[in-house]
Amino acid sequence: MAQAPAPRKKIDEIPEKVHVWPYLVRLEFLCAIIVILLLAVWSITIDAPLEEAANPTKTPNPSKAPWYFLGLQDILVYFDPWFAGVVAPVLIIVGLMLIPYLDMNPKGNGYYTYEERKVAIWVYCFGFLVLWIALIIMGVFLRGPGWNLFMPWQFWDPHKVVALVNVDLPYAFGVRDYWMASFVGAVVTLGYFGVGTAIYMFMERKAIKNVGFVRMFLKIQLILIMIGIVIKIVLRLAFNIKYIWVTPWFNV
Amino acid sequence: MATKPPEIPNIAEMMDKIKSGKIFGEIAKSITESQVWTSTFRHGYADTPRNRVLQIASNVWLHLHPVKIHRHALRIKFTWCMGGITFLLFLSTVVTGVILMFYYRPVGEYAYFDMKYLQYDVPFGMLMRNMHRWAAHAMVITVWLHMFRVFLTGSYKPPREFNWVIGVFLVTFTLLLSFTGYLLPWDQLAMWAVTVGTNMARATPFLGNEGPFQEFVFGVSPRYDARSMLIGGSVVGPPALLRFYVLHCIFIPLVAGALMIVHFWRIRKDGGISGPL
Ligand code: HEM
Repeated sequence: MAQAPAPRKKIDEIPEKVHVWPYLVRLEFLCAIIVILLLAVWSITIDAPLEEAANPTKTPNPSKAPWYFLGLQDILVYFDPWFAGVVAPVLIIVGLMLIPYLDMNPKGNGYYTYEERKVAIWVYCFGFLVLWIALIIMGVFLRGPGWNLFMPWQFWDPHKVVALVNVDLPYAFGVRDYWMASFVGAVVTLGYFGVGTAIYMFMERKAIKNVGFVRMFLKIQLILIMIGIVIKIVLRLAFNIKYIWVTPWFNV
Repeated sequence: MATKPPEIPNIAEMMDKIKSGKIFGEIAKSITESQVWTSTFRHGYADTPRNRVLQIASNVWLHLHPVKIHRHALRIKFTWCMGGITFLLFLSTVVTGVILMFYYRPVGEYAYFDMKYLQYDVPFGMLMRNMHRWAAHAMVITVWLHMFRVFLTGSYKPPREFNWVIGVFLVTFTLLLSFTGYLLPWDQLAMWAVTVGTNMARATPFLGNEGPFQEFVFGVSPRYDARSMLIGGSVVGPPALLRFYVLHCIFIPLVAGALMIVHFWRIRKDGGISGPL
């Protein structure tokens, strides 16, 4: 979080301002023609799908949400519905809205730059390209019956059974008592956020005065949640961990 | 007396005219000075700065624009034109959607057969349906790309923070528009996609009948919770169809349209498209 530099002033010899008519309007017009043409060609050549009539007694396997929500549906493998279906979307929306109020870097306003805002670009690209787009592509093409993973050359076998050998994290460490496990889970989960926040605050302690504590606190929580989702996916795929924290009310 | 030899166009001269663009001026001149043209249009358009301003300011459709903009705002490389394309696709869905509404009834018994009717009997019905659907899907992609561009250029930074917030509402409403429309064909694809999507609402903390902490909220049951409010029952049935239809055709487009107007107005008030100044 560097100090605000003096805004870059660039004085051109050519006039800075141009008339919207004709310079912008003609561009928009051209663009509109091209887009409408493409849309017309697309619509003439490819028909919108219409399957058999809705039948509440016949559940297709796999049942997929519309493609743009398949990232969220894929997260369902790793998280319970209250998180993947409700809390995660809310966090995405709220988190996006907070971006302008959390990113206090005055540089890179109105032009493309990687050098001047590396962290911001990395975080956004990771969230958008990996957690959103890549999961959608996977959901559309690689998720078959039973929401199992199928490679493109594999047959979508509806009888494929994948043995579920997942255990909860405290169990993997030998904790057998329910309440003890719940306690260990709480320590691990809350500890992750606590330690993560503390480390960040310590490393960026000089910035607190300029940026403000609340901003930095919210920012690091959102980033920790994002990283946490990835950690949990990795734990599941690599170590068959189901939940980290089990309580009578919710599981994480 | 020897007859005059026919005039042979000088190739080099022609190429010169084409290359320098003079040829367009000549063609335009011969058209606008023709009798047909001069009898139709009583006077010409003088390309003066005043007229350029008036073209925008006295046109109800164009006046959403400022009359002058920064030169850099014209660069396609900068905006990718994605906001404008998103808006154009939205307009396409409005036009084709209204046409579809003439033939479609959001009733359990009719909806699916109205789709069949549209596809096989209504002139250009299939084309209208295709355009509506593909424009909607394309809009989802272009709005994501627009957002990506706005992020990469840091255009959400002061003074444009609030327009970014409006934008997040817009991307949410774009997805909701698409999602509510997904149910309307009332086929297997529609019903089960929406079932999967709305099942999530069951798990809403406090308000969903399978959500965390629902036991502390009085009256939450499969029939009365966040999900049943959305779909008007405990399964995706005809009440859900009607609800989604009203949301899809009236509520969400109106709200999204209003937000778009605010979005465009704020672009002007925030000093036009952001740029390296
Ligand atoms: C229905 C959806 C939307 C429409 C029709 C729309 C339309 C537009 C248009 C036409 C522009 C002018 C510049 C350009 O074309 O890039 C623009 C700029 C802008 N949009 Fe959107 N937009 C939409 C959604 C969004 C979203 C989702 C965001 C961000 C979350 C957003 C944030 C902005 C901002 C900050 C600007 C100013 C950019 C600058 O100054 O460089 N908009 N929008």
